[in-house]
Amino acid sequence: MKSHVWRPLYVVLFVVATILVVRKIVVPPDFGIGPRGYMYGWHRPSNEGEWQKVTVKYRTTEYCKKCHRDKYDEIKQSPHANIACENCHGPALAHPEDPKALNIDRTRELCARCHFRLEYPTSGRGKIRGIDPKTHNPGLECVTCHWPHDPRKEGHHDHAQKLL
Amino acid sequence: MITRRSFCKKSLLMIGGLALPLSAFELFDPKRLLAEKGDGKKVRWVFLVDTEKCVGCGFCVKGCKTENEIPYDANVTRTWVERYVVTKDGKTHIDSPKGGRDGFENRAIDIGEGKFQEIKNEEISKAFFVPKLCNQCDNPPCVQVCPVGATYQTEDGVVLVDRKWCIGCGYCVMGCPYGVRFFHPVYHTAEKCNFCYHRISQGMKTACVEACAFGARRIGNIRDPEDPVTKIITTERVNVLKEEYGTTPQVFYLGLTKEVK
Amino acid sequence: MVHGEAWTLKEFFTYPNEYIYWTIQIVMYPFMTGLVAGAFVLSSLYHVFNVKALKGIARFSLVFSFALLPVAMLPLMLHLQQPQRGIEVMMTPHFTSAIAAFGIVFTTYGMIVASELWFVYRKHFVETALRLRAIADRSFSEHLLHLLFTALTLGAEDISHEALEADERAVKKLAAAGIPVACFLHGYAGFIFGSVKANALWMTPLMPVIFICSAVVSGIALCILTYIVTMEVRKILAAHRQKQYPELPSHEELKSAEIDVVTMTSRYLVMFLVAAITLELLDLIFRGYTAMKSWDILRRVIYERDFVNIFVIQYGMGNLVPFILFLMPRLTIRRAVLGTMLVLLGVFMMRWNVVIGGQAFSSSLSGFMHYHLPIVPHDMETFKEGLCGALLVAVVPFCIFYVLNKVMPVFKDTH
Repeated sequence: MKSHVWRPLYVVLFVVATILVVRKIVVPPDFGIGPRGYMYGWHRPSNEGEWQKVTVKYRTTEYCKKCHRDKYDEIKQSPHANIACENCHGPALAHPEDPKALNIDRTRELCARCHFRLEYPTSGRGKIRGIDPKTHNPGLECVTCHWPHDPRKEGHHDHAQKLL
Repeated sequence: MITRRSFCKKSLLMIGGLALPLSAFELFDPKRLLAEKGDGKKVRWVFLVDTEKCVGCGFCVKGCKTENEIPYDANVTRTWVERYVVTKDGKTHIDSPKGGRDGFENRAIDIGEGKFQEIKNEEISKAFFVPKLCNQCDNPPCVQVCPVGATYQTEDGVVLVDRKWCIGCGYCVMGCPYGVRFFHPVYHTAEKCNFCYHRISQGMKTACVEACAFGARRIGNIRDPEDPVTKIITTERVNVLKEEYGTTPQVFYLGLTKEVK
Repeated sequence: MVHGEAWTLKEFFTYPNEYIYWTIQIVMYPFMTGLVAGAFVLSSLYHVFNVKALKGIARFSLVFSFALLPVAMLPLMLHLQQPQRGIEVMMTPHFTSAIAAFGIVFTTYGMIVASELWFVYRKHFVETALRLRAIADRSFSEHLLHLLFTALTLGAEDISHEALEADERAVKKLAAAGIPVACFLHGYAGFIFGSVKANALWMTPLMPVIFICSAVVSGIALCILTYIVTMEVRKILAAHRQKQYPELPSHEELKSAEIDVVTMTSRYLVMFLVAAITLELLDLIFRGYTAMKSWDILRRVIYERDFVNIFVIQYGMGNLVPFILFLMPRLTIRRAVLGTMLVLLGVFMMRWNVVIGGQAFSSSLSGFMHYHLPIVPHDMETFKEGLCGALLVAVVPFCIFYVLNKVMPVFKDTH
């Protein structure tokens, strides 16, 4: 191997060696082939743990029930039984510590998600009692007349009378 | 001279000699053995969507965006709801304004570029809503095309993205036939539905399932024969989206019809 | 704002997350790698197959190919959302992805071209180093140059006849090894698109072959064009210098040498052009004839929305017109310039129509997306993935070529 012809090869070998050294330093030690094989499982396993640690925001109705049993019992007997508390009250997070109070969404748009009348014959939506928010008491909050925890009951009527 | 005795002896020796390295090969590959048996794993998450029950309220989209920290006003979402309105002239009108985040509070169909198309009630022959989310495919093409191993499938079948390793080339976004992937506006890495991996791994249900008041969305474990979702998938007529791509999707649909894209 | 929203216009039904994610930089990427591969193939025609007529352009296209090489990577870096992590392609390659091979193929190819250049220019390096070494009191810049050239010789200062013959043999071998690697470098750029099963326009096994053919076409065209430009500059310079140094080639000598090289090279260009058009038309006809589920929307994209881009600019101006220009007898320099520029436009538009056209329709097959090229940048993103970013990528190889030419003079033997 005296010939000068091999000189570029030495450079190439040097470059390859550098890449291999950098690879050793840069690649996380746990990086490898997971249970799904090389095609679908080539990854950094510690990432799975990172995803599992994401904070849960919606704590579900079961969490609310612990303190607000009365409200829970009321809605569970109503046609709105299946609506989760946090759909309207917002995510509980670590309530009552953080946040201390939840921000209730009382907008007409919230109720209109289901009760905006769409005449769709082949969909469950067509079977829901609905209104057109443009003509049905515009400007008034729905809760003025309808009690969301049990829509069969009347809403905050006192509040409405004050307004009128 | 070959006697019968020596012939038999040699044949047995040869067969044994050949079988030995083959069996060793099998022994040295326990993962393959496990995979072939298939019941080594206890959990494989699947999803069931009942399009007959969906009313297009969009609470699932709202819940998902908050739960998974996708900026609320960014025009991308991990899950969305599509509205299909098929008119009597045979045309299909589809829209999903803001992914259905705010529900569907407009009769007109959003046809893009700020334009809307009015459809009269009497023209409608059928109309329905279809929720969409990541199919957590058994052969995820998005994972296959990731050049660096930043997206992968966990043992329980969920496809995750490593935000610390993703280079943001967008190949996975291109590789998904269902359009579920996008770039996270804050982290600038590929983003997708992961069945609320933080919730399902601690026994909770996904945020969208919790938010659905109509039972249109359900999550289950296909490996558990007692799971109600498994029972429906195995006994009723379910369908999947875009089967022709060979992705083997694991989100099953009840009431799917040919108009659904 | 979401990545892609700034330049995407949506019409009818598209999935909410669909945007034009692959923009002009991804058009530039296959265009630039195509030029690299094409330029290299052109130089190899001389080195490997002994096409003597290409001697004048062989060395030139080799250096130019090297100048284009780093630029083939630039559009990718500008496109990545996390460019600082680009090195991961080398660190944890996932070979089931077509992109994963990029780092390795690119490096291999770069090393082959660099080694080949080293053998071609070794004599020059040694001579320059020795000449600088002879200067007793070197100025600072001369000192730096001396260091550079000494390093470039890699310690091999033997320029005897035998040593130089060994160099030539090495060049031949490297050039031969380089052709498949160059084709692979570019063919797999076609594979990147052709293997995306989710995209109805991209998915065809013909894609890598189409890409290689059009790559060679564009590479040859750019080499001819740049060659003509540098020769014109030299002609002007020659007119000035001839009075002082009569031994330099005269204006007429240069001119006849130039037209000879251009005529010869353009024949190869036409050959590859025919192959490229044939394959592209085959693909189009096949799609129309088989009329799969996606054809309905593809037809509307190809024949209606992108009609001007595909049939007028790409096939008409970019293929048919230069085809006629080159086939007409008595090729002139002016016609060659026009022809090569149109060919480059045609190949660029072919990349555009594949990359942008492939995203012009939703994968729901029910809606369209329109790419609104950001011309005036108002943030980093619209700079990188807009006209300015593309122009940056287009200009850089010429700057690199200028610098490389100082170290490895392309026209040295005639000076």
